[in-house]
Amino acid sequence: MKSENNWTDELTWRCAACDRPLELGQVTVTYMDNSFTTEMPRCAQCGSVLVPEALALGKMAEVEKILEDK
Amino acid sequence: MDKNELRQWEQRCIQEEPPACTAACPIHVDVRTFIGHLQQGRWDQAWQTLARIMPLAGLLGRICDAPCQALCKRNEAGDAIRIGDLEQACVNHVEIIYRVTKLPSKGKQIAVLGSGLSSLTVAWDLVRKGYGITLFEPGETLAVSLTNQHRTLDTASVAAELDQLEKLGVSFETGAALHSQSFLDDCLRRYDALYIGLDGVASPEWTLERDRSGTIRVETGSHATSRSGIFAGGAVFSTIWQAAHGRWAATDIDRFAQNVSMTAGRDREGPYESRLYTSLEGVAPLPAVPMAHADQGYSKAEAADEASRCLMCQCLECVKVCPYLEHFGAYPRKYAREIYNNASIVMGSRSANLLINSCSLCALCESVCPEDFAMQELCLQARRSMVARGKMPPSAHEFALEDMAFSQGDDFSLARHAPGMERSSHLFFPGCQLSASAPGQVEALYDHLNRSMDGSVGLMLGCCGAPAFWAGHAEKFDEALMQWEQQWEALGRPELIVACSTCHRMFRDHRPEVPVQSIWETLEKVGLPGNRAAGSIQGTLAIHDPCTTRDMPGIQATVRRLLGRLGVAVSELPLSRETTECCGFGGLMQNANPDMAREVVQRRGALSPDDFVAYCAMCRDSLAAGGKRTLHLLDLIFPEPRTPDPADRPKPGWSRRRENRARLKERLLEQIWGETISMGPDHRSIALKIAPEVQSRIDERRILIEDLQQTIALAEAGGPKFRHPATGRYKAAGRPCHVTFWVEYAPTSDGFEVFDAYCHRMEVGGP
Repeated sequence: MKSENNWTDELTWRCAACDRPLELGQVTVTYMDNSFTTEMPRCAQCGSVLVPEALALGKMAEVEKILEDK
Repeated sequence: MDKNELRQWEQRCIQEEPPACTAACPIHVDVRTFIGHLQQGRWDQAWQTLARIMPLAGLLGRICDAPCQALCKRNEAGDAIRIGDLEQACVNHVEIIYRVTKLPSKGKQIAVLGSGLSSLTVAWDLVRKGYGITLFEPGETLAVSLTNQHRTLDTASVAAELDQLEKLGVSFETGAALHSQSFLDDCLRRYDALYIGLDGVASPEWTLERDRSGTIRVETGSHATSRSGIFAGGAVFSTIWQAAHGRWAATDIDRFAQNVSMTAGRDREGPYESRLYTSLEGVAPLPAVPMAHADQGYSKAEAADEASRCLMCQCLECVKVCPYLEHFGAYPRKYAREIYNNASIVMGSRSANLLINSCSLCALCESVCPEDFAMQELCLQARRSMVARGKMPPSAHEFALEDMAFSQGDDFSLARHAPGMERSSHLFFPGCQLSASAPGQVEALYDHLNRSMDGSVGLMLGCCGAPAFWAGHAEKFDEALMQWEQQWEALGRPELIVACSTCHRMFRDHRPEVPVQSIWETLEKVGLPGNRAAGSIQGTLAIHDPCTTRDMPGIQATVRRLLGRLGVAVSELPLSRETTECCGFGGLMQNANPDMAREVVQRRGALSPDDFVAYCAMCRDSLAAGGKRTLHLLDLIFPEPRTPDPADRPKPGWSRRRENRARLKERLLEQIWGETISMGPDHRSIALKIAPEVQSRIDERRILIEDLQQTIALAEAGGPKFRHPATGRYKAAGRPCHVTFWVEYAPTSDGFEVFDAYCHRMEVGGP
């Protein structure tokens, strides 16, 4: 699920618990028995992932539909 | 669906049936395509269309006697299209070039006797199939009878066609001494089969069985004579029939020579009655275009004018009235095939999922189809099969099914006798959407019913199971009805009064033993309350019948009488009563394909400039959401003083619809039965401030207030969340079920303000 965006805006958010800035990191995305990895903003310490809105409503929604019709 | 069922479905849709002209043509010339090319000025393509079917089209096109015209649909609106004259015009105005493909030689030889049209056709058809052909003509000139009989045929054009035959490899022997039995015997020795064209030759010398008139007897259907290997035909007056005899005899000879079935796959040979239906609604009668010079036939311009009168016969009755069927670009026969293929895909995309799930199941197609094709049954069957095989896209109906579960749960579900009563003569079941849209009207109705019916009306809040039925969840639907039935039994099986025509249909079709009447029938019997709003209605209201009343003419009539009693001036929509349209909510279209639903409701709203009056809460709300000013009939009967313009009332959002139901139950319990109930889970007490534009965006994304409350509660209780240093806002995610909700929020003095929310179905985890 490659995206053109470099998520500059999302990377200004900080993990509230660890009080650390977010970094781009590999995360696993799973849907309907399909799994793949992609880069998203996440907390380097606790691993919490922030899914950007543009990704959720764009590429993710598209891939969800493709997997649902598979 | 198995192959047989597919064929039955396909068979029912008549869009691909040929037009009457083609069906009436003995050799089935594709007249519609031919004329379509003429309409567009594509003369060469028109010629190619003729030549694809017609043998020696440069000849037959000049003399075809066009029996098709008698069946032309234009007959019913002016004159039949002059198809024969258009064929002549085409042949006259184009450069005749044949694009003939010839099969490799079969190593077999056929003798053709006579040079009438049937003989020339046999030669034309068989030489292209790879047979060696020798044509014997007793006279000195070929096809002389044709040029003698038809003034439209000149020697040069006949010669060109014969030349064409010769180029293909046909040998001609003129002056042949064929009037003897020995000639036939000799032919049978030298050739694999023999054709006698009775439109050109006949000899009393031939010892073949004859009929009473002395004509050689020919088997109907096989053109065989009494002697094996000898075929005959063409003893007809009509030119196109002579050609047809030649064509069929050529098929007979080919099959005879190859020793294969003489009959297989030939059931539509010759004229038949087409099942194609073509509506003449709105077709102005037009006379045939005259010829300036009858002896020269149509000029190009005249032919184009005449062609333009052609109706291009097709059915598409359902597609014309249904934006959904139109949207997917084909018609039910094609859709049946796509749906069948969709189920058999092992790898790759199931591209018909959206087609299957977008149908509103409203049955308008069935009601306008001359053959009763029921797209809704096809789609519902497919949905059930998808659910059963675990192939239903989860996003298609999940939101609606969760809403249904809400209605069945403690937040809304309720079944009681009227206070102080031990039994109920009737049971009022308002359904989930009226309660969601206008809970005050449910209260007013229940009050009115009990006042008018001696306080013997019980109340049941809940769901009839329609969303599960529409979603193809057969088991869930059964469970819903069983849950309902248990409550109904416990109340002593009272007669049901329903306020929703969908509920009405569900009970009628799936619980026929339950006595059920519509609230409109009840109100007509018990009378309307005193303080009605009808007097304040200005202008005329167009009646919108819910699609679920399609086969309930009694209810449609009752509603019209009630409107009459209310003194409201009404108008009828062009598609109403048994041909009414869905509002876009039916069949969960709105869930599976919101864009489609928007298009449907906007098209519906544009049918009349009048405000609409609906008598289904969901129709009312969908139309209002589509920008159409729409009243509910109950707005006229139980006016709400705080809503002076109910036609302008917005559709309550999804969260409000749930809250309205829960509050309705709470109020009814408190005010009628004097009971109080708890608010439900703690998170529901979290106060949220949401700007209207954020609220409508969230609602469109089908995110409920409760989803936000749950997510915030989780984050504030120590769950993961993110903080924006510049704005001080938080962002957190919650996944109560199959969807992850993201909320951007900030604390306020008494709760939280929500700035944004979005969701996704995928699960996101660590590396």
